[in-house]
Amino acid sequence: MTASVTIDRVTQTYGGAVALHEVSLDIAAGEFVVLLGPSGCGKTTLLNLIGGFAQPASGRILIGGRDMAGVAPAARPTTTVFQDYALFPHMTLAENVGFGLRMRGMGRAQRREKAAQMLALVGLPGREDRRPHELSGGQRQRVALARALAVSPDVLLLDEPLGALDLKLRRQMQDELKAIQRQVGTTFVHVTHDQEEAMALADRIVVMSEGRVSDLGPPREVYLRPKSLFSAAFMGEINQIPVVAGQSAIGAYPGTGTLLIRPEAIGTSGALALGQATIMDAAFFGTHVRVHARIADLTLTLHLPQDADPQPGAVMMLYASAHSFLESR
Amino acid sequence: MRRLGYLYLALAYGFIFLPVVVLVVFSLQDGRLPVPPFQGFSLRWYGKILSDRGLMTALGNSAAVAGVSSGVALVLGFLAAHGLARVRLPGSVLMRGVLIAPMTVSYLIIGLGLLTLFNQMGVKPSLWATGIGHVVINLPLCFAICFAAMGDHQKSAERAARDLGASEMRVLWHVSAPMLAPALGAAFFLSVTFSWDEFIIAFLLTRFDVTLPVEIWSMLRSGLSPATNAIGSLVFLASALVVIALEALFRRSK
Repeated sequence: MTASVTIDRVTQTYGGAVALHEVSLDIAAGEFVVLLGPSGCGKTTLLNLIGGFAQPASGRILIGGRDMAGVAPAARPTTTVFQDYALFPHMTLAENVGFGLRMRGMGRAQRREKAAQMLALVGLPGREDRRPHELSGGQRQRVALARALAVSPDVLLLDEPLGALDLKLRRQMQDELKAIQRQVGTTFVHVTHDQEEAMALADRIVVMSEGRVSDLGPPREVYLRPKSLFSAAFMGEINQIPVVAGQSAIGAYPGTGTLLIRPEAIGTSGALALGQATIMDAAFFGTHVRVHARIADLTLTLHLPQDADPQPGAVMMLYASAHSFLESR
Repeated sequence: MRRLGYLYLALAYGFIFLPVVVLVVFSLQDGRLPVPPFQGFSLRWYGKILSDRGLMTALGNSAAVAGVSSGVALVLGFLAAHGLARVRLPGSVLMRGVLIAPMTVSYLIIGLGLLTLFNQMGVKPSLWATGIGHVVINLPLCFAICFAAMGDHQKSAERAARDLGASEMRVLWHVSAPMLAPALGAAFFLSVTFSWDEFIIAFLLTRFDVTLPVEIWSMLRSGLSPATNAIGSLVFLASALVVIALEALFRRSK
């Protein structure tokens, strides 16, 4: 029902180009891990290697402690939810969901019963005899999820499953996906380029860049204490203030590296004083007021509370309530 | 201007269908010769051919050769198309070209080649030999139709099927073939009509058991008769029914 996944120094190349560079990663049984990164970062390549759709150039992949070298997708304890759903258009929903069970030799009546259960689990009860073309995009993705979960895989792989859905539906599906994962307890490995989706779903986020793991940890940690500049910027807007030998645009700060402050951490109070700033412009964004302000020749982006109404040209004292520091190596 | 258009349409249809109409009309001739003047309506020629043992045997032979050879051509063409569409091999463009090439060779040449080859191998002319000849001419057609129909849509469904534990055979049987059903139907029925009408290969490769076109040809050697018109009309009717069935199949899949 669930198993750990170990990626051990896996390298993958496509015609000379390195898609993955000695990636190592341990995923615990029952964990919801999100592989996050821009297109071309290697996240989908890694997912395909776990699913068995490609073989690594070097390194090992273990699922539940078993080496998967040379094991075909059909023989792996994994199933995949594809971005394009890949439902079988000539089959009913019950036949779609029951397909994997049929391949495992389960009888018709049992298959149908299990398919009905799975469809109910994903919020489509009583639709066994419909066909995929009668469904909306979100419903099709639910069927794809039910189909992949019906065979009780140890590890479920999700390849940008929500990418084709509109924003509102995507947020709703995220909540449901998380709930379903808790209910079934299967290890989920989910690929996305949407950092909000990653934070909504993940027990742990793996930020990837150019074929390497750039950062990993629980959403809070990756967001608040990123271990790389790439991860800091990819997780959301952030102010990067260079510090050279204890000196920076906002005054003295020990070390050499980059001071990282999220826009929402800047305000009129806080532990770290940033200095007197001149407001350049401000715009109301609903949940906050987005402001650009200058301290000397440093431009900061900050989010002030809804009720703030800063005027361009005004000067105010700014503080950071939270920040992190990334030492340069 | 519009009247002129209709006139043109009428002429074009006339040009295409007049021979068939003449064929059918004089198959109903109440006389000895299928030529004007029309001497009256009679179904006796149909009665005659339907009670003609040799003719009916030939009809059965034609149907069997068409069905079996088209089935074989379809299976081989589908498997070849699936393989070449899914697996990238060195020289796959060349392989595709070689598979389609027989389409450009005349049936006479293919027939002669097979006759020579079968002689060398000691294979006697028979319906089986004719069937093999028809597989040769219809395989490229089936391959081309199936290959054109293979898309990414099927490819990802096949991938999903494999991921869910299906073996290659079961992927083909449960996913690829049903998803391509309209193309497979089109390829099969086109093959059937080609095989059904085919004369020259059948003529060269049969001896005692013959197909319908060969039987008609031997009837024609003893002169024109409304009976040949009647059998021609029946053949036309059978082809037309297959085309209508094909059309219906495509309509439904849309």
